[in-house]
Amino acid sequence: MSSRSEILGKIAKNKPQPTPLPELLAFGDTWNNGDLIEQFKESSALNGGKTILVKSREEIGSYLESSFDPGKQTISLSKSFKGNLDCDSIRDPHDLEKVELAILEGTYGVAENAAIWLPEENLQHRVLPFIAQHLVVILDAKNLLPDMHEVYKKVDVSAPDYGVFIAGPSKTADIEQSLVIGAHGPRSMTVFIIADE
Amino acid sequence: MAKIMTHASAAEAFLKDSDRTQWHDETLWHVRKKRDTAAQKLPEWEQLRENASMVKDYVLSNMDTLLETFEKNAKANGIEVLWAKDAAEHNAHVLRILQENHVQNIVKSKSILTEECGLNHFLEDKGYDVVDTDLGERIIQFNKQVPSHIVMPAIHLKKKEIGDIFHTHLGTDSGADDPSYLTEAARIHLREKFIRANAAITGVNFGIVESGGFVVCTNEGNADMGTHLADLHIACMGIEKLIPRKADLGVYLRLLARSATGQSITNYTSHFHRPRPGKKLYLILVDNGRTEQLGREDFRNSLKCIRCGACMNTCPIYRRSSGFSYNSTVPGPIGSILSPGMDLKKHSTLPFASTLCGSCSDVCPVKINIHEQLYQWRQVITQAGHESPSKKWAMKLGGKVMGSPSWYDFLGKTARSALKLTPKKLVYSRVNTWGKNRDLPDSPKESFKDWYLKNRKS
Repeated sequence: MSSRSEILGKIAKNKPQPTPLPELLAFGDTWNNGDLIEQFKESSALNGGKTILVKSREEIGSYLESSFDPGKQTISLSKSFKGNLDCDSIRDPHDLEKVELAILEGTYGVAENAAIWLPEENLQHRVLPFIAQHLVVILDAKNLLPDMHEVYKKVDVSAPDYGVFIAGPSKTADIEQSLVIGAHGPRSMTVFIIADE
Repeated sequence: MAKIMTHASAAEAFLKDSDRTQWHDETLWHVRKKRDTAAQKLPEWEQLRENASMVKDYVLSNMDTLLETFEKNAKANGIEVLWAKDAAEHNAHVLRILQENHVQNIVKSKSILTEECGLNHFLEDKGYDVVDTDLGERIIQFNKQVPSHIVMPAIHLKKKEIGDIFHTHLGTDSGADDPSYLTEAARIHLREKFIRANAAITGVNFGIVESGGFVVCTNEGNADMGTHLADLHIACMGIEKLIPRKADLGVYLRLLARSATGQSITNYTSHFHRPRPGKKLYLILVDNGRTEQLGREDFRNSLKCIRCGACMNTCPIYRRSSGFSYNSTVPGPIGSILSPGMDLKKHSTLPFASTLCGSCSDVCPVKINIHEQLYQWRQVITQAGHESPSKKWAMKLGGKVMGSPSWYDFLGKTARSALKLTPKKLVYSRVNTWGKNRDLPDSPKESFKDWYLKNRKS
C-alpha cells in the first residue's frame, strides 16, 4: 500500500465526527481614511519601517534623490521613477545581488499591521524585495484597508504564482532578543503614502 | 537499556547557572507581556481564537478529503506532491530529490518538522552541506545544538557565547558581542550561501486547501532569499497544517505573530502557488504519528497547534528550565502533550513538568486545552506504569495514609513534633527534593481537627 493511501486510510478511521466550517470573520470597513493612515504609520514604525505621507509623486522623487546614492544600482518598477538598472535586462535573479535600492508599487496596505500586498507582477523577480539593500514601496491612500480580513476580500492571493505581504525591513532578535534591522534583506523599508487629492 | 532522562534531572543542569535561569525567565516573561499588549489591542481577540479553533475542528474532522483536494489543487498548480508516513520516508524523499537534481548546496529556513525528522543530520551524513539560514538556527547549528524554543531557537545562549561561536566559525573579533555587529557578520556569511545554493528547504505555516498553495512566515526574509534564488524548493509540511480557505489566513495571521512575539504580523508572509518558470517546487506531506494522535480523543486537539510558542513563554516551568530539559523537538507545554504520543516511555516525565496552572491554555491562539491534556496524559502514563519509582512509592503510601483516619491522625501528630525536633540538615536532606530551593512552613501546634473540636464542636 502506498503511504498516501495508508495515511488517508488512517485518517478516515481515526477522525472525529464532522463539525461545520464556521463563517468567515469580518469586522467591517468602518474606519475613515485619516485614521487608517495614522494606524498604518504606527504599525509600520513598530515593524521597523518608516512611512512618509506625501501629496504627490514629485515629492517622492526629491526625497529619493537626497536619501540614496545615485551611484549605486537602483531598480524602479514604478512608472513614476527611473532607476539606473533595467529590470527587464536581468535574466538570472543572482544578477540582482548588488542592487542598492528597489522601488516598487504596492497594491493594498493594511492599517492594523502595515502589511502591503505585492503580487509577483509588481516584483518581476521574486527575490527583488529581499535581495535589495533598501526597499521603497509606494501606496495610494485610497488603497488602505483596516485589517487582514478586508485585504483577503480584495485580493485573490492565488491569482499570482507568488505574492507576499511585506510589513517592514528584514529583522531579527535572535541574539538576546535585541532587535537588529537588516538580517538578510533590506536594511530599511520606506513606504510613501500618496494622500487623496 | 539506556536510562530515561527525566525532565527534572535535565532541568538541573540548566538551573546550576542561576543568573542565566533568572535572565531566561525574565526574557520570556517579557515576550509574554508583549503578547498580552498586542492581544489586548484587538477587541475581537476572543472571537478570533474561537474561530481559529473551530476552523481547525473542521480540518481535523475532514482531514482526509481536505488533503485529497489540497493535493489535487497543488498538482494543478505544478507543485509535485509527495507523501511520507514517517521521518525516514520524509528524509528519503528529500535525498532522492537532491540526487535527481544534482544538488550540492542546500539552504534551509526554519522548519520544526525537519527538526522532528532529523533531516540535517541525515543529509550531513550523506555528505551534503546544509546551511540553516535563520540567524538563531545558524547559531545553534555552529554550536552543534538543537533549538531550545520553536520561535527563538537560541534563546538559551547569551550574546557573549554567541560572540565566541562567531569568533570560531566566522572570524569575528575575539570578545565582540554586539548584536548588530554579529548579525552583520552572519549577513555577509549567509549572503554568500544564498547565492551559491542550488536547493532551498522550507517549512510551511499554512497549506491552503481551496487554492493548493502554502504560506511561509519569517521576519528575516531568509525563506524568500533561499527559495527565489535556488533552482528548486522543497517545502515540508505536517498534514495538520491545512486551512480550508484563503480568507481563513486573515484570522490565523492576526493570531500567529501577536501570540508568538507580540508583533502584529511577521515582516514577510509569502504565498507560494506555482513554481517560477523552469524551476521546481516540491511539497512533502508528512504524517509521522499525526494520524495516530488524531485517533486519541483526549489528545487530538493538540494537532490544532500553529507553532507560535506562546505556551512556552508563559509557562513557569519552561521559563525556569529551558527547552533542552524537555529532550523533545517541541518543548514546553505543547511539546509535553505532543511528544508522549510519539514515544510514551521516553517522554513519560514531560506531562509532570507542569504546575497545571492553565496559563498555556489561556494564551493558546487556537484554544487547545493544554493543561487538561497534561493532566490526562498523567493518567495514561501512570496506568501504563511509566511514572518514576519514587513517585509510585510516595503515591502508594499517601493513598494508604489518606485512606485511614487513624494513620492520618497519628502521622500528623508525629510529623508536627518531629519537624520541630529534627535538625535542619536532616529535614533538608537529599530525600526532600521539595525543600531544595524552598523552606518548609513552620508546622502548626495542632491539627485543624484538634482546633475544630476545641472551638466549634461544643
